[in-house]
Amino acid sequence: MAQIIVVTSGKGGVGKTTSSAAIATGLALKGKKTVVIDFDIGLRNLDLIMGCERRVVYDFVNVINGEANLNQALIKDKRCDKLFILPASQTRDKDALTKEGVGGVLDELSKDFDYIVCDSPAGIEQGAMMALYFADIAIVTTNPEVSSVRDSDRILGMLQSRSRRAEQNLEPIQEFLLLTRYSPARVKTGEMLSVEDVSEILAIKLVGVIPESQAVLKASNSGIPVINDEESDAGLAYADTVQRLLGEEVPFRFLTEEKKGFLKRIFGS
Amino acid sequence: MSILDYFRSNKKPNTAVTAKERLQIIVAHQRGERDAPDYFPKMKQEIIEVIRKYVQISEDQVSVQLDQNDDKLSVLELNVTLPDGK
Repeated sequence: MAQIIVVTSGKGGVGKTTSSAAIATGLALKGKKTVVIDFDIGLRNLDLIMGCERRVVYDFVNVINGEANLNQALIKDKRCDKLFILPASQTRDKDALTKEGVGGVLDELSKDFDYIVCDSPAGIEQGAMMALYFADIAIVTTNPEVSSVRDSDRILGMLQSRSRRAEQNLEPIQEFLLLTRYSPARVKTGEMLSVEDVSEILAIKLVGVIPESQAVLKASNSGIPVINDEESDAGLAYADTVQRLLGEEVPFRFLTEEKKGFLKRIFGS
Repeated sequence: MSILDYFRSNKKPNTAVTAKERLQIIVAHQRGERDAPDYFPKMKQEIIEVIRKYVQISEDQVSVQLDQNDDKLSVLELNVTLPDGK
């Protein structure tokens, strides 16, 4: 039985797809057979971030509709043979994802994989609700910014009332906070909510803090998930996050400002 | 921070504190509505309409709160601030 992880947020542009790609890759690098599914029907982008956009033949909706089987639609990652991608469809049909259809595909994948990572679209429409419905674990991706934190709280409400686990009175979804685009320098000057502030407001367990990093844009430019960039702070922070998801205790890094050299301090940067 | 910054005023308003306070209020409010039944917003609206037949009030003068005391008992608390001179 696979563990189903949803990467969700409510608000758009906070880093769900970047995080889904990084976390799925990280799990696969740890030897877990992992599939990452794009739930953003009509606005497919995970394929670009994973660098497999030219290898898409069949998609998630084709599989649900029986137009292709899973083996035809799954794309094997170039870099990691434990990792597979199931791309979203570019159809404009909003109701393409049904509970039965998605459930059937997840059941089938569940036999074969250790982890299923569901990359949720923004908002609280059908795609987002389907991405979270079957989840065992939720990674609530949040920026240290008021609208993102508020939307994350709304999504926590959905996880607790609209998911399969809630409807069937099972053990609740494990909820984790992933704070992205964090800037310790701005926290220090009182311009940005701190890790402690956001953790206190949302009151869920912190699984990772990803610093604002130029490496993220570079990674998406080249279609290589940022976790593969082992020289970048963001890549290392995602690697730590994956270890924590697997139950290891890892201290948090990049929470304080990088020390500047003597000359920089005198003359400014 | 360059050496020039030391001569500038250091009294910047701490906007992160403001953000946190605003969020704590709105999130508490959101969570209050989270557990309410689906009919609750409509019922609240209708209660306001009924009061308006007699007294002109605005929506923020009415607070309707549903509290779950234990498994068997919910309390509906209605608070109306009436304007002066009525």
